[in-house]
Amino acid sequence: MITVEFDYKKATTVEEALAALANGDGKLLAGGYSLVPSMKLRLSQPEFLIDISSISSLKGIQEEDGFIVIRAGTTHAEILNSALIQEKLPFFHTAAGVIGDVQVRNRGTIGGSLAHADPAADWPALVLAADAVIDVVSRNGSRSISATDFFTGLFSTALGENELITAIRIPVPPAGTRTAYMKFEHPASRFAIVGCAVMRFPDGKINIAFTGVAEYAFRDKGAEQAVAGNTLDAASMDAAVNAALQGQDVSFMGDNFASEEYRRHLAKVYLKRALQAVA
Amino acid sequence: MQIYVKVNGVEYSHDVEPRMLLVYYLRDVLRLTGTHVGCDTSICGACTIHLNNQPTKSCTVFAVQADGCEITTIEGLAGEELHPLQEGFNEKHGLQCGFCTPGIIMTMADFLDHNENPSEDEIRHALKGHLCRCTGYHNIVKSVQYAADKKKETEPTTKTEEVTV
Amino acid sequence: MSASNGSNGNGRLIGKSVKRVEDKRFITGKGKYTDDIILQGQTYAHFVRSPYAHARILNIDISEATDMPGVIAIYTGADVADINGVPCGWQVNFKNGDIMKEPKHPLLVADKARHVGDPVAVVIAETREQAKDAALSVMVDYEELPAIVNAAEAVKPDAPQVHDEAPNNTCFDWELGNPKEEVDQAMAQAAHVTTLEFVNQRVVPNAIEPRSYNAVYDPTSEKYTLYTSTQNPHLIRLLMCAFVLGIPEHKVRIVGPDVGGGFGSKIFHYTEEALLTWAAKKVGRPIKWTSERTESFLLDAHGRDHVTKAEMGFDQEGNILALRVKTYANLGAYLSTFSTCVPTYLHGTLLQGLYTTPKINVDVTGVFTNTTAVDAYRGAGRPEATYLLERLFDLAALEMGMDPAELRLKNFIPPFDGVNQPGYQTQVALQYDSGNYHGVLEKGLEMLGYEDFRRQQKEAAQNGKLLGVGFSTYIEACGIAPSAVVGSLGCRAGLFEVGQVRVQPTGKVSVFTGSHSHGQGHETTFAQVVADKLGIAMEDVEIVHGDSDTVAFGMGTYGSRSLAVGGSAIMRSIDKIVEKGKKIAAHKLEASADDIDFDHGKFTVKGTDKSLAFGDVALTAYVPHVYPADLEPGLDFSSFYDPANFTYPFGCHIAVVEVDKDTGAIKLQRFIAVDDVGNIINPMIVEGQIHGGVAQGVGQALFEGAEYDENGQLINASYMDYCIPRADDLPMFETGHQVTPCPHNPLGVKGAGEAGAIGSTPAVVNAVIDALWSGGHKVKDIRMPLTPERVWRAIQTSSN
Repeated sequence: MITVEFDYKKATTVEEALAALANGDGKLLAGGYSLVPSMKLRLSQPEFLIDISSISSLKGIQEEDGFIVIRAGTTHAEILNSALIQEKLPFFHTAAGVIGDVQVRNRGTIGGSLAHADPAADWPALVLAADAVIDVVSRNGSRSISATDFFTGLFSTALGENELITAIRIPVPPAGTRTAYMKFEHPASRFAIVGCAVMRFPDGKINIAFTGVAEYAFRDKGAEQAVAGNTLDAASMDAAVNAALQGQDVSFMGDNFASEEYRRHLAKVYLKRALQAVA
Repeated sequence: MQIYVKVNGVEYSHDVEPRMLLVYYLRDVLRLTGTHVGCDTSICGACTIHLNNQPTKSCTVFAVQADGCEITTIEGLAGEELHPLQEGFNEKHGLQCGFCTPGIIMTMADFLDHNENPSEDEIRHALKGHLCRCTGYHNIVKSVQYAADKKKETEPTTKTEEVTV
Repeated sequence: MSASNGSNGNGRLIGKSVKRVEDKRFITGKGKYTDDIILQGQTYAHFVRSPYAHARILNIDISEATDMPGVIAIYTGADVADINGVPCGWQVNFKNGDIMKEPKHPLLVADKARHVGDPVAVVIAETREQAKDAALSVMVDYEELPAIVNAAEAVKPDAPQVHDEAPNNTCFDWELGNPKEEVDQAMAQAAHVTTLEFVNQRVVPNAIEPRSYNAVYDPTSEKYTLYTSTQNPHLIRLLMCAFVLGIPEHKVRIVGPDVGGGFGSKIFHYTEEALLTWAAKKVGRPIKWTSERTESFLLDAHGRDHVTKAEMGFDQEGNILALRVKTYANLGAYLSTFSTCVPTYLHGTLLQGLYTTPKINVDVTGVFTNTTAVDAYRGAGRPEATYLLERLFDLAALEMGMDPAELRLKNFIPPFDGVNQPGYQTQVALQYDSGNYHGVLEKGLEMLGYEDFRRQQKEAAQNGKLLGVGFSTYIEACGIAPSAVVGSLGCRAGLFEVGQVRVQPTGKVSVFTGSHSHGQGHETTFAQVVADKLGIAMEDVEIVHGDSDTVAFGMGTYGSRSLAVGGSAIMRSIDKIVEKGKKIAAHKLEASADDIDFDHGKFTVKGTDKSLAFGDVALTAYVPHVYPADLEPGLDFSSFYDPANFTYPFGCHIAVVEVDKDTGAIKLQRFIAVDDVGNIINPMIVEGQIHGGVAQGVGQALFEGAEYDENGQLINASYMDYCIPRADDLPMFETGHQVTPCPHNPLGVKGAGEAGAIGSTPAVVNAVIDALWSGGHKVKDIRMPLTPERVWRAIQTSSN
């Protein structure tokens, strides 16, 4: 319940945060709903916390240059309550509504969640399925990382040590795009045992991403190809379900509550349900 | 670190260790012990307060993070009269041991400000951030429904955050 | 608070859903729980705990920790080696008459740790942060030993030994009922035998208020005070003073302030209570310790954990012929206060259930393992007995192609009121007080709409959906307990209760009860009883509990005993008040005491309009100017009530579930509870108790279970992993009541605290099994909790 001693700095600008980060051993604190519990259990013992929750340039959701831009410090609740999200990216709205609980949604941020890269978090599946780009910055400059390159392992990402996520950019989906996010929750933590995000474009292209199943969230290209361009009917859905999880270069997870075999099975069930929802 | 906060309408300033959790600041320093600690993994919700008008688990926020913020705790929820939820929990037997109750009331106060006619499912969904081991939630749901009805009857425009202490 | 509470002493409070008087402080944040207390000069304790389930302690180095900021004292096992361990309150003997094995449960372990969390040292410091920092700097060298966690495995000869003095990890073996040969013989006659080998899994009580203690010693008065989150302050004083610390009871005050839920887990005398009390004198300052949730998972006594084989034999027509049970009960690493009586006298004695089973034999082995101690958790033994019987019943019905409700009706003990018909003598030592078992089942079936349901179920099955219904008709032994009876069975304490009624000179009443409320609402129900009986307003009655210096004595609250035993003690005192009041009134009204009636708060001379109000009599008792010469002044009586028998609430619980075939996920659609808890003082509060109990029972069926790995690590020791039900996991509950009064206590009450937890679990599991059978999946058992994966696997296996 009690963390180790640490130094604390509240940054009010990105530059300030980056300067503090460059001093070494600093850890960024946004909503804190992942970091603080792990500090309380002393699983994480940072010496220096840089609070970025007051940086106003990291907040907000806008449509800019053909992208929906969700700034990294935007809370789950803000995403849930955004009319723009509800209209253009309805599965982000769905996902935001099933993250944790209202208190978590009020503090937790999308950037924090992505940086933490919990294998059972919801956002990774969403940003993958939505072809998102993750904008990051450090004192050496800024760069954009494709969501498909972002997640690299269990709790690990392509984010450099002194980098900070500034925004998540999602190409504005063409009219007629349909989306779905289906989640099978762990009854205690409410994290995903399986989360399946599907985005179906008017041209028949389908993006499929899973979270919870493996050590990190992934796009399922095999399933996508099996169903791409076809009308979504029972046969093509079954083809996608059969192809799902094949040849993925990730380690699948299993634990006491849900074994690897069961998660794989659930992933297919939830894929089917998600496909039915976008059919 | 020196922090400045306004809690239940009263301004405070204290020098606190960065690692002091907001819940301990409220309980041990300000002696507002209605906010409780029930777990160490940000699940149980017994520590829920309003931080800048939003339900927040005060066990997952360091006091230094609350610098400059306004806070309402269960002690500051009622005005001259009890909040409709407080009344509802009494009327519908929404509490037994009372330990989880303040947190639940704080979350549901905000919920009812945004949802005048909640369904049973919506109430149950909104209670996700709370654990109650005594009631089985049946009477908590009824208490919230009572409060929703009461709010509609009496003061359709008043919001909880406008209640002064 | 609520105008409806205003009673004019019209004698009509009993039976009314009076709003709770204790609510106001809780809903405004003014409750006072132990951790809310900060005393002058407060210090804080943090324990160094074994990370291993079984490990020899080779060395403890406190040098670095001692020098850390704020550290006041550090104690290790060596410092408390001369202090007794915490005792077990119930002696169970081996079949051969040998006394159970009772190894010391030390305040801090010196030789070896026997479960994860076993305390090795304690650090006392100025702040809780400093205490924890220093505790993490105490260096302990351990030699890890192989651990054993499963009770049935632990009795095997090659299993790791938890205590040298308990060979084969066996604490006791115990048997009850008819001789085994008779039962074997009856079983051999059976046309059908239903057999179930199952685990009634270990659950964690999880009161939301973590345990908290604050101990202080006053050198001037040489008196200790311990604030403790307990269900029974006097019991803690008795155990701690007489058995552990050897300090005189009059020099110890125990205060159990507001307590945030107990469910059994706060009955027991924990090592931390005694250690803090002992250390408070050494340190000379108050010491507080509040459990972190992780510690609660590792240290609060767990519940259940039985490995059982049960067989029930039926004749051709479905009449039960015999029941044979073998159980290995996991007691954990040490004996907690009431651990030994739970799998024996609170479990074996209930295996008659509601049925006329003519031959029963139950054999229980109590076993030590490298796990957290197991003791009473809501229901305590009775849920295990109910689970066993009710699972067998629904399964037998499925196997024999009979209707589970009809099978029960056929085997129920016929109705008896305990007054005109005698109590029912079971094969397993108890005599039931009164019952109408057909009534609760029939009412339950009506509330369910049984025929309609079976139609829907068939339709659902045709559409590929799995709907199921499960029954549980339970009985419990509550109102614990007649002292002579429990004494003869090994209890080392009496289980009476104390109720003092002090009428103040102005006619206001203070009631001091040895019962302790940690959510039950005694401040309301007890006040209802007193106000009703004395014909005064509820506002004029105050219920005082939880302080050993204020309340004469008490045994506390558990086993659904508060109203049946504590309430009866209060009733005895009320009788004495009324009797004395009559003498005072008779003297003033110049009549004979025999001619005085007391009703609606008035003492009246029979057949006249001459009367004296209760308040006038009270004043006269304290201003005895015109007063009977042979009568003492004052109006204040204390009574010790020792019940004549247990009480036996019973009921019928019915669950309706839908199972998702593709995922194994279960949706609890309906839950119907018809409970007969005898007379009801406050229906609102009784319903609330049922709701809460049902939620816990459903929790065990679907969500909860402590999972140890083979090294003895509790792998789901947090709310991130261990699921207790949340609001969106449960439906609205449908409750119904039947009233069969208890014939042997003055209020006719039986107790309602545990009913929900006792009846509900098997109903839910039976419903899931029924749902699977409706789809052709003939599954006998699924291990609790019925996680989606386990259900999915059961479907897969039975489909192949």
